[in-house]
Amino acid sequence: MDYHWDWLFFFRETDDGLKYYDWILSGLGWTTLVSLASLALALALGSALGVMRTTPKRWLVAIGDAYVDVFRNIPLIVQLFMWFFVVPELVPDRLGMWMKQDLPYVVIAVVGLGLYTAARIAEQVKAGINSLSRGQRNAGLALGLTEWQTYRHVRLPMAYRIVLPAMTSEAMNIFKNSAVTYAVGILELYFQYKQIIEKTSQVLEITIVVTLAYFALAFLMNRLLAFIERRTRVPGLIVGGKGSN
Amino acid sequence: MHKSLTVIALCLSAAGMVAPAHAQSSGTLQKIKDTGTITVGHRESSVPFSYLDANQKPIGYAMDLCAKVVDAVKTELKMPNLQVNYQAVTSQNRIPLMQNGTIDIECGSTTNSVARQQQVGFSVAYFITSVRMGVRKDSGVKDIGDLDGKPVVTTTGTTSDQLIKQNEKGKTINVRNIYGKDHADSFLMVESGRAAAFVMDDILLAGLIASSKNPAAFEIVGPSLRDEPYGVMVRKDDAPFKAIVDKTLVGLMKSGEAEKLYTKWFMNPIPPRNVNLNFQMSPVLKAAFETPTDKGVE
Repeated sequence: MDYHWDWLFFFRETDDGLKYYDWILSGLGWTTLVSLASLALALALGSALGVMRTTPKRWLVAIGDAYVDVFRNIPLIVQLFMWFFVVPELVPDRLGMWMKQDLPYVVIAVVGLGLYTAARIAEQVKAGINSLSRGQRNAGLALGLTEWQTYRHVRLPMAYRIVLPAMTSEAMNIFKNSAVTYAVGILELYFQYKQIIEKTSQVLEITIVVTLAYFALAFLMNRLLAFIERRTRVPGLIVGGKGSN
Repeated sequence: MHKSLTVIALCLSAAGMVAPAHAQSSGTLQKIKDTGTITVGHRESSVPFSYLDANQKPIGYAMDLCAKVVDAVKTELKMPNLQVNYQAVTSQNRIPLMQNGTIDIECGSTTNSVARQQQVGFSVAYFITSVRMGVRKDSGVKDIGDLDGKPVVTTTGTTSDQLIKQNEKGKTINVRNIYGKDHADSFLMVESGRAAAFVMDDILLAGLIASSKNPAAFEIVGPSLRDEPYGVMVRKDDAPFKAIVDKTLVGLMKSGEAEKLYTKWFMNPIPPRNVNLNFQMSPVLKAAFETPTDKGVE
């Protein structure tokens, strides 16, 4: 293949006075922002839904189950398009125009990615809580804790520890899934990747750099959560590996 | 973990070694002669340059021009029965496929740019597209100045903001850039009122408007923010082959044949839906037919 390698193109100036590496850095910034914000939303909402699905109240379980069924069975990109294109047409006109013209697109991206991931977290939190023995709840109630307090002080802390490895892979997924948000106009890393290829045709260099950047982001998340996993382990209670190596 | 790092390092070094390991092939003409075939790269939906008709056959203005080039190659090599293969390409893979020898010539809607000339070669320009604005007629936008403070959409790969600023010297206007993931997406943003204008190649705008639900509701306005020449893509540094391509195209331009083909594809109903793009030949294209050039855009 007669490929013309040119690693220095990253330092060349583009139309807007910035250099190509500035575009990559800016893309990295947006990717990180969208991912972390979505993760925060997904953790909060996913935990609430997961807890709802383990309560004795039928209607709370039904809401949680319905949510997970809907948000887990529709492809992420379709969900983003729903929020971006469809919802503004269904709400009252003035609200629709505000969503289309004034609401920053990053909000839609974070909501879309966050709600999608929340369904997956809800499933894990539910599995974690259900894996605890019933005795834990009963003992809590016998001590005089309310139902909510057994979650707060006994069952959730244990459940989180159990499902932390699964959540780690979810947290890594969110970085990779954030690439889809380019489709609703977020100028994140994948958008810049496509844009730089289009402008420079230096496909191989930019692919290698962007691959490494995504790898680094997901890997950092993995190491961070492995660290948290080690620090929160309760000796003797849950038998785990000595942190993944 | 150490294992996977090693694998990555190996992949990277392998990728790095590909380039120097391969020497320049002995030329497209020789390859065509040896294999008895020529492979034409075409697009699947670049209307009206290169796209598929109802029978999935590649047709279009660029395909017609390339057919003449293929005829010239047959004559040059004295191979009247030369086999012609067609290979669909996309904007992502057209350059790699040219470099690795899968296609010998690409007939689509590829802008001849200085950056791309590092990777491939280009014929003289057979079309010049102008970057202009597609708007809804009821939006009241007629010129760049009308865009101040408004959202403007463009598709991944171009920065309309910058183009607009460069063309509005002296005045300060600010637009809010938004991006569609493809042209249909961007056009939808104008259709739905999300964006005031779609800054894009005028011919693409004409195609989107002609095939929209209500073509009368849209128009193309404003000055050209940038002109971009389309060229037939060939392998880099292959002067004998490029000479045949250029000679054929220049011949068509001088004889008036190219203008007839232009009328056929841009001013008449075209398959598969018999839409008429009604796209007048621009003065810059007329000039390019009179003095053909293979100069790339910056």
